[in-house]
Amino acid sequence: MAGGSSINVLEQFELHPVLGGLGEALSLSQAPIFMVVACVLVLAFLHFGMKPAAVVPGRLQAAAEICYEFIHNLAVDTIGPEGTAFFPFIFALFFFILAGNYLGLIPFSYTFTSHIAVTFALALMVFLIAIIVSLKVQGFKFFAHFMPAGAPVLLAPLLVPIEILSFLSRPVSLSIRLFANMVAGHVMFDIFASFVIMLAGLGFIGDVLAVGPLVINIALMGLELLVGALQAYVFAILTCIYLREAVSH
Amino acid sequence: MRNPVSLIRHSLVAGVSSLPLLMAAAPGAHAAGMPQLDFRNPLLTGQVIWGAGIFLFFYLALRSWALPKVDTVLASRSQRINGDLDQARAAKVDADNAVRELNETKKAAAAEAQAHLDAVLDEERKQTASRLAELGSKLEVEIASAEKAVAEERSRALESLKPIASDVTEALVQKLTGTKPDRVRIEAAVAKVAAEKSTISAIA
Repeated sequence: MAGGSSINVLEQFELHPVLGGLGEALSLSQAPIFMVVACVLVLAFLHFGMKPAAVVPGRLQAAAEICYEFIHNLAVDTIGPEGTAFFPFIFALFFFILAGNYLGLIPFSYTFTSHIAVTFALALMVFLIAIIVSLKVQGFKFFAHFMPAGAPVLLAPLLVPIEILSFLSRPVSLSIRLFANMVAGHVMFDIFASFVIMLAGLGFIGDVLAVGPLVINIALMGLELLVGALQAYVFAILTCIYLREAVSH
Repeated sequence: MRNPVSLIRHSLVAGVSSLPLLMAAAPGAHAAGMPQLDFRNPLLTGQVIWGAGIFLFFYLALRSWALPKVDTVLASRSQRINGDLDQARAAKVDADNAVRELNETKKAAAAEAQAHLDAVLDEERKQTASRLAELGSKLEVEIASAEKAVAEERSRALESLKPIASDVTEALVQKLTGTKPDRVRIEAAVAKVAAEKSTISAIA
């Protein structure tokens, strides 16, 4: 935020201990609190949405059912029939990220998906699960994927390292994509919000000029709503693609 | 293949338990400026551990509590819709059968009524013809009897006319000639004319 005449747009990503000494001892910051809030919101949405269990659903129930069917179709259409077993995992992943992204858009809140540690942990979890499933389903045939079928054996010393590097870069690209999008969006918010405050300090002309960055910030909010959903979807569909490769023989 | 759900659960547990190793490796990656890269901050690594636990709880809550509720509602709705559709199809088949039976019954009743009507009309026609024949023969007998009576009455009338005609002829001849004519000849002439007249009327 703007501190005096300088702007520190990265301040919003700082972690602060909560619950005083107990929080410090447990390394408990606002990030896990918002994670809990995100999970509770999603669970409450499903619980209260499905509470009527009506044959003709109301708005909230219809929304809960649409979310369920959207992720279920995503998992089954992308992974195949085995996707049903992975559906709760994909659902958890998608809504954990989506709720995290959207919670961060509320003023004075915190975006836990703007931390590379969190996004990388999620990506690493997906990566490890995909490897474990691959090894269970395909056995040692899994390693054959590092040598493209039909390629000359002479090119193996070149192709195999490239394929391994490409494979290992999956969690990196997966995590950085989400992290970078979230950070960029929130930095933009902070910059244009600081412009509004700084211009407002210039008197009447400043007040008029401050409308520009304010309008941009409103437009950015719309964009970030789109980006938040899109990034959660990208993360979920890439997870489905990795799992499809893992379960295919 | 092992159950993918248990695979995910074990992978999550393995991931959570391997996080302390990641924490131990993280502090060297500090970059000044971005709080997200300050791996010396215990809160940063702490949020990953807390996050892993929270995500594990979230996944288990979804898998065993929240998502089955949605699944149950969707399954029961699908079952109900299919049941209603089956009932509707069965009702349609019943209705079609009832309409077909009704049409067949109507057709049979119409045919029976027509046959009954034909039989009644035929019987009535026969009875009418019989009555007409009976009436005709009766009328013929009566006509014949009446004609006979008329003929008798006529001949009787003609017979009673002869003396009158003879008397009139005798009187006329006497008036005209002044002499009394032969009665026998007059009666013969009247009889002859009466015979001619009765022959002509019989021919007519």
